[in-house]
Amino acid sequence: MKTLQYILGSLVALFSTVAIAQQTPAPVQTGAITIEGATAHIGNGQVIQNAVITFQNGKITNIGTASGNSSGTVINATGKHVYPGFIATNTTLGLVEVGAVRPSNDDDEIGEMIPHVRALIAYNAESKVVESMRPNGVLMAQTRPLGGRISGTSSVVQFDAWNWEDAAYRADDGVWLNWPSSVTRGRWWLGEEPGFKPNKNYVKDIEEVNTFIVNATAYAKGNTDQNLAFEAMKGVINGSQNLYVAANGEREIRDILNFKRAMNIKNLVLVGGYEAPKAAKEIAAASIAVIIQRVQELPNTSDDDYDYNYKFAIDLVNAGVTVALGYDGEYWQVRNLPFYAGQITGQGMSDEEALKLITSNPAKILGIESTAGTLEVGKDATLFISDGNALDMRTNNISKAFIQGRDISLESHQTKLYKRYNTKAQNGQ
Amino acid sequence: MPIQTDKHHLSLSHLIIQPQNMFIKKLSFVGLLLCSFSFYAQDYFPKNDGVRADKNNNYTVFTNATIHVSATETIKNGTLVIQNGRVISAGKSASAPSNAITIDLDGKSIYPSFIDIYSDFGVEKPKRPSGRGRGSQYEATREGFYWNDHIRPETEAITKFEYNSKTAKGLLEAGFGVVQTHHHDGIARGTGLLVALNQEGTDANRILESRSAAHYSFDKSRLSRQTYPSSKMGATALMRQLHQDIDWYRKGNVNTKDLAIEAIINNEDLPKFFEGDGLYDAIRIDKIGDQFNKNYIIVGGGDEYKRIDEIKALNRSFVLPIKFPAAMDMKDPYAASNVALEDMKHWNQAPSNPKWMEDNGINFALTPFSLKSPKDFKANLMKAIARGLSKEKALAALTSVPAAMIGKSEEIGSLKNGTWANFMIASGDIFDSKTTVYEHWIQGAKTVIKDMNITDVDGSYAFILEGTTYTLDIKNSTAKATGTLKKGDEKVDSKFSYKEGWVTVSFAPSDKKYIRLSASPQGNLLTGKAILTDGSEQAISATKGTLVAEGDDTAKGKGRGKGKKGEAMSQEVMPLTYPNQAFGFAQQPSQETILIKNATIWTNESDGVLTDSDILLKGGKISAIGKNLSAGGARVIDAQGKHVTPGIIDEHTHIGAFSINESGHNSTAEVRMADVVNPDDIDIYWNLAGGVTSAQLLHGSANPIGGQSAVLKMKWGASVDEMVLEDKKFIKFALGENVKQSNWQSFSRFPQTRMGVEQVFVDYFQRAKEYQALKKSGKPYRKDEEMETLVEILNGERYISCHSYVQSEINMLMTVADNMGFKVNTFTHILEGYKVANKMKEHGVGGSTFSDWWAYKYEVNDAIPYNAAIMHDAGVVVAINSDDAEMSRRLNQEAAKIVKYGGVSEEDALKMVTLNPAKLLHMDDRTGSLKVGKDADVVVWSDHPLSVKARAEQTIIEGTVYFDKARDKELRKKLQEEKSKLTAMLLADDSGGGGKGGRKPPVWKDKQRMHCDTLETQE
Repeated sequence: MKTLQYILGSLVALFSTVAIAQQTPAPVQTGAITIEGATAHIGNGQVIQNAVITFQNGKITNIGTASGNSSGTVINATGKHVYPGFIATNTTLGLVEVGAVRPSNDDDEIGEMIPHVRALIAYNAESKVVESMRPNGVLMAQTRPLGGRISGTSSVVQFDAWNWEDAAYRADDGVWLNWPSSVTRGRWWLGEEPGFKPNKNYVKDIEEVNTFIVNATAYAKGNTDQNLAFEAMKGVINGSQNLYVAANGEREIRDILNFKRAMNIKNLVLVGGYEAPKAAKEIAAASIAVIIQRVQELPNTSDDDYDYNYKFAIDLVNAGVTVALGYDGEYWQVRNLPFYAGQITGQGMSDEEALKLITSNPAKILGIESTAGTLEVGKDATLFISDGNALDMRTNNISKAFIQGRDISLESHQTKLYKRYNTKAQNGQ
Repeated sequence: MPIQTDKHHLSLSHLIIQPQNMFIKKLSFVGLLLCSFSFYAQDYFPKNDGVRADKNNNYTVFTNATIHVSATETIKNGTLVIQNGRVISAGKSASAPSNAITIDLDGKSIYPSFIDIYSDFGVEKPKRPSGRGRGSQYEATREGFYWNDHIRPETEAITKFEYNSKTAKGLLEAGFGVVQTHHHDGIARGTGLLVALNQEGTDANRILESRSAAHYSFDKSRLSRQTYPSSKMGATALMRQLHQDIDWYRKGNVNTKDLAIEAIINNEDLPKFFEGDGLYDAIRIDKIGDQFNKNYIIVGGGDEYKRIDEIKALNRSFVLPIKFPAAMDMKDPYAASNVALEDMKHWNQAPSNPKWMEDNGINFALTPFSLKSPKDFKANLMKAIARGLSKEKALAALTSVPAAMIGKSEEIGSLKNGTWANFMIASGDIFDSKTTVYEHWIQGAKTVIKDMNITDVDGSYAFILEGTTYTLDIKNSTAKATGTLKKGDEKVDSKFSYKEGWVTVSFAPSDKKYIRLSASPQGNLLTGKAILTDGSEQAISATKGTLVAEGDDTAKGKGRGKGKKGEAMSQEVMPLTYPNQAFGFAQQPSQETILIKNATIWTNESDGVLTDSDILLKGGKISAIGKNLSAGGARVIDAQGKHVTPGIIDEHTHIGAFSINESGHNSTAEVRMADVVNPDDIDIYWNLAGGVTSAQLLHGSANPIGGQSAVLKMKWGASVDEMVLEDKKFIKFALGENVKQSNWQSFSRFPQTRMGVEQVFVDYFQRAKEYQALKKSGKPYRKDEEMETLVEILNGERYISCHSYVQSEINMLMTVADNMGFKVNTFTHILEGYKVANKMKEHGVGGSTFSDWWAYKYEVNDAIPYNAAIMHDAGVVVAINSDDAEMSRRLNQEAAKIVKYGGVSEEDALKMVTLNPAKLLHMDDRTGSLKVGKDADVVVWSDHPLSVKARAEQTIIEGTVYFDKARDKELRKKLQEEKSKLTAMLLADDSGGGGKGGRKPPVWKDKQRMHCDTLETQE
């Protein structure tokens, strides 16, 4: 009994810290705000020097050069830079709080074909990890379930919300499919020979996916008794939702190209795409966008170029593919998204082109480009001011950020601890 | 290097069988020993089934033979005389005694039987005990033996031996007449026995030696689940401690019985075989051997050629399994594209391993060990010979060399007078693929492999059957006979055999109607009968005619011939590189004199950042820094617009290692990362491409007291010894969730709480103090490798890098250290260091942390990216480390984050990945800043080193350019060229690779990413 009390006690303690962790969501924008004198990085490749940006009721109402009239509260940002809020794709933000603590993990449901499982309703708007994104300029994200063959349905959230309903920016934007792998991995820890070898069941595994899609397509035509899984595929079948397909090998990617054609999938997004440059033209021709997994990652094999992951986005962009940068690794690392784009600039891509990979391109892919992704009139005033190039950790210092015009706090659990213990240290304690 | 004196020692004591082991329970075994002592002297055996008539002192004389007495001595047209299973004489003209049976060999060859020196023939296979216990087993299960179950030197293979005549037959056919076999189980495996494969005798005849050698390996016993050692470095350390314990026991200091140690002491005079898994195990084995003066014979892995100079320098004898990798199936280009150059090269180069060993004068024996079947042996051996292994060396490696290894040169391995009559009769050169082996005689007992008295019926024979004239062409009738039936020039589908003196042919002249022939040779005739399509019989008789030569037939060939063609095409052997894999150098790069001009130079010294300046590297050191330095003979690198910094130093890495954790005990101060450095890890090259020049390769964080670190310089292509800085003595400690095993299902090991962690330290350091006191007192003491290490810490000779997270445990260790009288050098990770920065400063401990990692486990909830800045401001020496192969190659960016989070100056931030880790690693006297006289460890960056855009263009260690962006481009090109060449060779190869299995699917590496908490490794 004592033990139980102990457990309950610690659970309460855990929950109470979580509950007070998140910054209080900001109030809605009341008056107009104008940012003056900054270099505006529009997000579509353009730059406006000495810009004036005005937003009202959460929307950008004016953007131009400084000669225009400033209205409302004026923020002088001379010498600074304004960016549209960065949009992270392919994350599990809000679904996991502490990786190694299982009770705090809600990212991976059991089941092989479960498109009906939805990330949105598990999204923790009060996550301490989510709030840590904002000081680096990451203001929106796609959050997705993991696991199985079809993992479930993702949503797009903005990072200033009381709850998941408020956070939802585009609910249920797409379904996630882990494409079968043409290779299998020796489970050496179970005594199998280590290494990868061809997967004998590859074709069969694809056939299972095809069968599912064919059935979902038939289901979408005429209602029978409800099938939750097929029901959840309707948007993919009718083209109102994306099908995100994760694969890295060339063989798989070419099979996905065939799959898209055969199954008549209108909006298919390739996720990962390590070997996508080998089929870049075909990918572009099929209007398939690519979400790259991790720019700052080691090459897949010892024979690859050491900087392969740093640069392969360039090949895809040059071939005309719409590319966004995501992060399927440690969820808390997503705050480094700007630096993944920055890493590519080290390989020769221009800053503005790289910026597109985390602003306008993900907005296009996620189907939110009418309201997000660039600094353009009529779009949401989701933006921030940085001292310097926000894609470089050396100069990414953010003094102000707005989500839909709301003046959000840049504090976090971490900055609070910093202040508390810096004071302690300053006092020689 | 081993001691030279008794490398091939021969101990008379083991020629005489000593039934000295008191603990053998099998009475029958004792009986068996006695039998073997009296091969042809069974006179004293009672006989109840008849009268004595088993004595046979007749001689057998083989005449007209080419006798290979040994690898170096051949007698043409010689005579071999044997009696009672032994060679009486082998010579040009030996006179046959009157009671001799003479066999005319008509020009055939006699070879001494091969010896398989490393076999498991007839010895029962170790089986895992059934059932699986819950949790880990930390204690030994046996009583009266060593504290570790994997040390089983008391195992005597003879007690588990049962002669298997079926297996023996396979070996005899492959040429092996004597095997040294043992129980392949455990680290110390006990003794093997020497067995002659005498198919007619009994074990009394066959067992030439009941204790022929002692055996060792790095593999744990299957018979116990004791967790220690869980890694190769643990197994290595265990071997060291075992020898210390033997010494202690031998001196009579142990008042309990240890039958394992006693067995080792009793078997001390035996030859010792130590099985490894290749190149790096060989080096490891050599080191153990050197330390304890053991002349281990190393059982190799076939990749010794990759660093043949290092292998040669070991100056040891090897046993080489003659197993080569199978060709990968490259037909599917998608799958094939993933096969690593390293593996393709190994396929290409491995068959040359024996040749290269021979070229370098390394003594070795060959064994079919690890082949699926001894049948594959000859094909592989032929491959090695085709690659240039000399036939003399091949024969020696199968006869005299293994015989000498076990001190049996007078008994086996040649046909000198007095040796056992173990030999093969072959049609010719034993190392020719066309040669037939007819008979294999062991101890005078004959096994027929192929009847050598087969009548030669080669020729062309004509028959008239049902009005049609057929010709039958018979070839190769004394070996693998083939027969072709023709009607005129047209070939007729037929089945042919020539067996036991009868030729049979069947064919169908019309649909489903058959004619069958059966005939035997009578002089020049082939006579017999034919059964015709209607069932009637017809007598036939045909005279041998001359075969019409068909030149193209042999060229087209079948089976073997075709294989040889493929083999010929793949004969090009790829050159070795340093290391022998992707991005290896054709030559080891050498030290240069280099002048880097017009750069922005980050000195990390009081000069700060110098613009438009030059730096001269000479003799591996920084020789001058200033403006307008003159080049002299130096190579000039124009660094206009570029930045030069000291090489990056990673205080915490796990790259370049075969294993990370020895998790079998909660304290493992005795294990050494230096024992498991993998210099071929591509991560080393990738680190160089990120400007890293040095790193501390740390043990993992599985235990409160971990293993000893290896501080490395990233000298890609160099040897482990050249990379490891031996004078940098460090050890890993760890606290928190990993050591209490919180994040995986393990509940049996102490400690399970932070409370317990403290007690582990208190206990071990108390013991270390007592150990040191005893040692100093001059009284005898058991040398304890673990305690020796802890004593070094107490004496300030070894520094602690302690994995730590939360403030309570950080304070705890500092308090324990203060109380026990030692210092903590570095807290690594130290994510809550900012909470106790003042105490760290007071203790004098440095902090080596991540820039921004957090949230991945419970104890990093309060990790903040401002940690480094707060510690730095408090005066703590702060480094930013990686613990991650990916992050380690862009530590400059991680340093930049410290400017962002907490506003540390750029110069101070750069120091956190250069000078500060150098300080923490006590190597700031030679690296970490750019100062005249320090090591020339320098990086040229394309941009401001803290910028996300900066790329390392040259990474220089001690004046040698180990990474160069331009050269990297060349290497990429070369890599593609080599791969396409090898792919073509693989596609052309139809030899079926290393064995009967044919091609193997393309398999490629699953590179394990190692971190602190990596418990199991592929090793």
